Amino acid sequence: MSTRTSVASHVTPIAWRLATVSDVVQETSSVRTLVLDVPGWPGHRAGQHVDVRVTAEDGYQAQRSYSIASAPEDTRLELTIERLDDGEVSPYLTEVLRVGDRLEFRGPIGGYFVWEVTLGGPLLLVGGGSGMVPLMAILRHRAAASRALHKMPARLLYSSRRWEDVIYRDSLARLAQDDKTLEIAFTLTREQPDGWTGFRRRIDRMMLAEVAWPPSERPHVFVCGPTPLVESVASALVELGHDPAHVKTERFGPTGVSR
Amino acid sequence: MAEPFISRGFRGRRQIGSVKDRLPPGQYETQDFPVLSAGPTPHTPLASWHFTLRGSNGSMARWSWPEFEALPHESVKTDIHCVTKWSKLDTVWEGVPIDTLLSEAARHGVEPAPYVLAASDGGYTTNLPLADVTGGKAWVAVIYAGAPLEREHGGPARLLVPHLYFWKSAKWVRELAFLQHDKPGFWESFGYHNYGDPWREQRYSGDE
Repeated sequence: MSTRTSVASHVTPIAWRLATVSDVVQETSSVRTLVLDVPGWPGHRAGQHVDVRVTAEDGYQAQRSYSIASAPEDTRLELTIERLDDGEVSPYLTEVLRVGDRLEFRGPIGGYFVWEVTLGGPLLLVGGGSGMVPLMAILRHRAAASRALHKMPARLLYSSRRWEDVIYRDSLARLAQDDKTLEIAFTLTREQPDGWTGFRRRIDRMMLAEVAWPPSERPHVFVCGPTPLVESVASALVELGHDPAHVKTERFGPTGVSR
Repeated sequence: MAEPFISRGFRGRRQIGSVKDRLPPGQYETQDFPVLSAGPTPHTPLASWHFTLRGSNGSMARWSWPEFEALPHESVKTDIHCVTKWSKLDTVWEGVPIDTLLSEAARHGVEPAPYVLAASDGGYTTNLPLADVTGGKAWVAVIYAGAPLEREHGGPARLLVPHLYFWKSAKWVRELAFLQHDKPGFWESFGYHNYGDPWREQRYSGDE
């Protein structure tokens, strides 16, 4: 990590704006993608997030952050949201909100956990659960730069509890089918379908040694998921010899509690 | 926006009375202690850990871990507010007040300056005005909830500046440098607010 550019002293605030929900995609039993029409969207970089603000009739408001799932090249903005059973906002966004409703948010936000094709490869993406969302934006952005894919080969290691919990199953399969320079490895930690040939345990150092680029390749590493996964993956990568400055992490959820 | 926007069908979970008054705008209370860091957790052994105060005049004061532990500690009970929207109430810490470090360092000729840049293991930095780390407003904390601060929460020592968003409370802090001119730190260079007052909701550059 290092500090780069300095902040300009007069910056335009990131304004609240209203989007219209143009489609909803049920990704898994608890995960939904909101496809949004956003007039005047200034564009974003893969890996960034937005702040969503919801307002009740009496004026009560709540805010939460959600990663952007779509590529900067996509015409519509997509947010993929996991419903947390004890959540306040995610049950509304995944169960109440429907096509035609409006959604207030501001963004894009975050300038560190981002990847652009100009940064090149190789890319190592490690995700757990809905930590896959910003990694999907990165893979979609990469796929949009189709001519130069061989210059930025990518490997994804994606941990889920069971096959039914894997977000973007079909999209990932399509991306990998069209692209020999993208390798995807799944691990299912709780339950595996018959004939499963992938990993079947939590991501550990041995798995990373098998899947990850060697440190000598100096990959750009992005790790996103629940805190225990990110802690153990990031530590294992450093033990394997990766430069901590090249390992970018994003954590969510409570500490040490699996949900 | 001309008319206030209502989210169709959203009711929400209101906080009552005393809790509500303690939550800055846009924050919700959590009982957990979430972890947010931009990179891997560093593991500096205590034997090679030291804490440095760097004066604007080039002088410096440095404490080894045993020396630091020998300084008088204070107990602090405070609410903390993360820019990612969670707040945690009544957290209990122990640490050395920055005021104490400054008066100790003055004996080594360390002179403060209007701005502070905190630097941590792993390369993280954050900037604060001197006035926000003095006058009983900031500590270098080493104990959380009665136990040595865990690595993932910034152990062995983190800055504690509870009146600002929690990214200012740098984990794994190793140095405070006093500067004549303000210099943005890590998140402050990636679009986050330079000051970060949760009560004015200064989350991102350009807010207020």
